[in-house]
Amino acid sequence: MTTHARFTAWAARVAALALGAALLGGCASGPHANPADPFEPYNRGMTTFNDNVDKAVLKPVATLYRDATPQPLRTGVGNFFANLGDAWSFVNNLLQLRPLEAYDSMVRFSVNSVLGLGGVLDIASEMGVERHRQDFGLTLGRWGVPTGPYLVLPLLGPSTVRDTAALPVDYMVGDLVDHVHDVPVRNSLYGLRFIDKRAQLLGATTVLDEAALDPYSFTRDVYLKLRNPADAGADDDQGGKLPEDY
Amino acid sequence: MMNRRTLTQSAAALAAAAWLGWAPAALAADEAPDALIKRLSSDVLETVKGDKSIKAGDVDKIMVLVNKTILPHVNFRRMTAAAVGPAWRSATPEQQQRLQDEFKTLLIRTYSGALSQVSDQSIVVRPLRAAPEDKDVLVRTEIRGRGEPVQLDYRLEKTPGQGSGWKIYNLNVLGVWLVETYRTQFAQEINAKGVNGLIDALAARNKANAGAATGVAGAR
Repeated sequence: MTTHARFTAWAARVAALALGAALLGGCASGPHANPADPFEPYNRGMTTFNDNVDKAVLKPVATLYRDATPQPLRTGVGNFFANLGDAWSFVNNLLQLRPLEAYDSMVRFSVNSVLGLGGVLDIASEMGVERHRQDFGLTLGRWGVPTGPYLVLPLLGPSTVRDTAALPVDYMVGDLVDHVHDVPVRNSLYGLRFIDKRAQLLGATTVLDEAALDPYSFTRDVYLKLRNPADAGADDDQGGKLPEDY
Repeated sequence: MMNRRTLTQSAAALAAAAWLGWAPAALAADEAPDALIKRLSSDVLETVKGDKSIKAGDVDKIMVLVNKTILPHVNFRRMTAAAVGPAWRSATPEQQQRLQDEFKTLLIRTYSGALSQVSDQSIVVRPLRAAPEDKDVLVRTEIRGRGEPVQLDYRLEKTPGQGSGWKIYNLNVLGVWLVETYRTQFAQEINAKGVNGLIDALAARNKANAGAATGVAGAR
């Protein structure tokens, strides 16, 4: 069997598995079903699919990118895209009525865009202006919209029903790359950003795989906490207290 | 004459050794919790930054460092008991010991893996919001490097007794409490296969991690 034929067969098998899991999604109930994850069977199927795509394509490409480019170049690429993100974070910090964070984001974007050569240099961080990353899903959360069930998206990975609903706004309004009119340039930027992001996460995914007993539920629980800062208890002096008797 | 001089030197050396050995223990008992975290973090970060083989990804070497520096200041028993939850009480002492040992190995490995990615980070300890008589405090820190700072908070308890001092019993990474996250992981295993099933799952994970590390080291 040629590599191509084997890949096709494998892709068909994975697609069938994902579809089968999706159809079974309605039956996700049992004594140990997690209330925050009613689509667990579908989500697990999609996670397997994403992991396989990652193993076959994304991770090798990201590793190649990491090994073939010098660190300063990758830092510049990462800074460039993060700077575009700061502009959208500014808007969302405003929408969330967080004036200090909005101010920081605005200062970051203008300083880095002008003095940092279009965002390639992160001068604002060196000045001590912190990044406050926000997106429209978190803005909805601030407005009181609950995350809804956990939802694993094809290729994009962990999300929630709320954040999936917010994605079109993030992509079509908030994403400056989307406003580039030249199609080849725009697509190249999309591709580069995707690879750069994956390359940045190469270390993190290894740590995650080593830490978890069940990487699926570990990722899910951590993701839901991060998307729900209100009940994460991070700003609370009592957070993380444990009972003394054991 | 010669004999006497040697004797004096030996006595001085012994005294110095005793002093050195005793001093850190005495220090630890009186050290404030935020000062302790600051000292431990800086120690580990500086060593990691200054060691070429650690930078090349030698996780085993970091594990030795973590064992030596951090471990004496962690209450693993309390951490494990809380992560295991209600099943901890019904577990036999042998099961409790095995749970604690396997969980410890897992956490040290993960922590060391994260540390192996340290490049130019530094640690900032935020001001402590606690009364002097508090026996249970939260120490907030931030790891600053490129991009966003990473939030890393520690929950510490004051343990009685000579030379014990403050002990870490929970850890918050980026807003997520470690024990809480593992409680869900552990409950999943216990519900499916009982306490022994959890022990087996932890042991298998540790074995896979150790194997993966050898594979990586061999490939380098």
